Amino acid sequence: MKTRFTRSERRLLGIACAVPLTAALCVPAGAMHIMEGFLPQGQALAWGAVCLPFVVWGLLTIKKVIRQHRKTVLLLAMMGAYAFVLSALKMPSVFGSSSHPTGTGLGAVLFGPAPMAVLGLIVLLFQAVLMAHGGLTTLGANTFSMAVAGPFVSFGVYRLCRKLRVNRMAAVGIACGLGDLATYCVTSVQLALAHPGEAGVLASMAEFMGVFALTQIPLAIVEGILSAVVMMMLESFAKPELREIGFLSKEGTQA
Amino acid sequence: MSKKRIMTILALILVCAAILIFPLMTIHDSEFGGADGAAEEVIAQIDPTYEPWAENIWAPPGGETESLLFCLQAALGSVVLGFGFGYLVARKKYRGEETA
Repeated sequence: MKTRFTRSERRLLGIACAVPLTAALCVPAGAMHIMEGFLPQGQALAWGAVCLPFVVWGLLTIKKVIRQHRKTVLLLAMMGAYAFVLSALKMPSVFGSSSHPTGTGLGAVLFGPAPMAVLGLIVLLFQAVLMAHGGLTTLGANTFSMAVAGPFVSFGVYRLCRKLRVNRMAAVGIACGLGDLATYCVTSVQLALAHPGEAGVLASMAEFMGVFALTQIPLAIVEGILSAVVMMMLESFAKPELREIGFLSKEGTQA
Repeated sequence: MSKKRIMTILALILVCAAILIFPLMTIHDSEFGGADGAAEEVIAQIDPTYEPWAENIWAPPGGETESLLFCLQAALGSVVLGFGFGYLVARKKYRGEETA
């Protein structure tokens, strides 16, 4: 059976279709870096300045890795790729909004936090220039949260967990999950400093935390689990590299 | 990789999927917009006079192009990850673990 619509019916159908389409286009695209132009000039510059030493440190570290530990370069590239993949995946969260994981924790656990400043910066640049996600004026602040603060937290938490003799895979998972969460907490603080409103920095921080950090909790758990999975696979197939960077000790699996 | 480890990995991935599917099944009146969009609203609320002073130098014309670019990003990363794991797995298989 062939259904034929009259002209006015078709028009009605067209209008009906247009509504959800325009609504979809009006929904602010992107997920969670600080949006272009939403930090005052002074703060945008300041965050950029804060990141600069970390990026230089990262570049120097990467240079050292390439020169002294040639065979781990593949591993470093894979860590960058991991951050690339994870930060492209916008995931639904239990509070009805979406956000994406950062993926910078795993590399920090393996190579230390410094190289991730560079790798994270590349991801952020890609998203700011091509996808209008984040922005060039907020690049410094976003680099600080995702490529400096997050990796440092992951690295520190991993070290702490190992000191407390937590199982290695669990330590990787916890470290990467908390690093992810830390990134969004830092973002909230940055936004609160820029937009204290009338209620003050603390009150507006609570507001932003409600938006970013709550959304991020389930995603942080997912990132932790995925990072542990990748680490399990690396431990099975990349033992020589993991020994080379000192992640596994030379003799056995005890670090 | 031992069978036990493979099962653990599969189970962990299932847990991830469950965490992500849960909100989609339980929350029906939401479009799952980005958290940064929500942050823009918060800024408008607490700082109503604030005007963004810069705009993205280029923005994808629509949702399709944007999803293309996000797919491209994920694809590029996956290519490198897949290449890396392919290399490592084959190396272990053909050369033995310790000679690499």
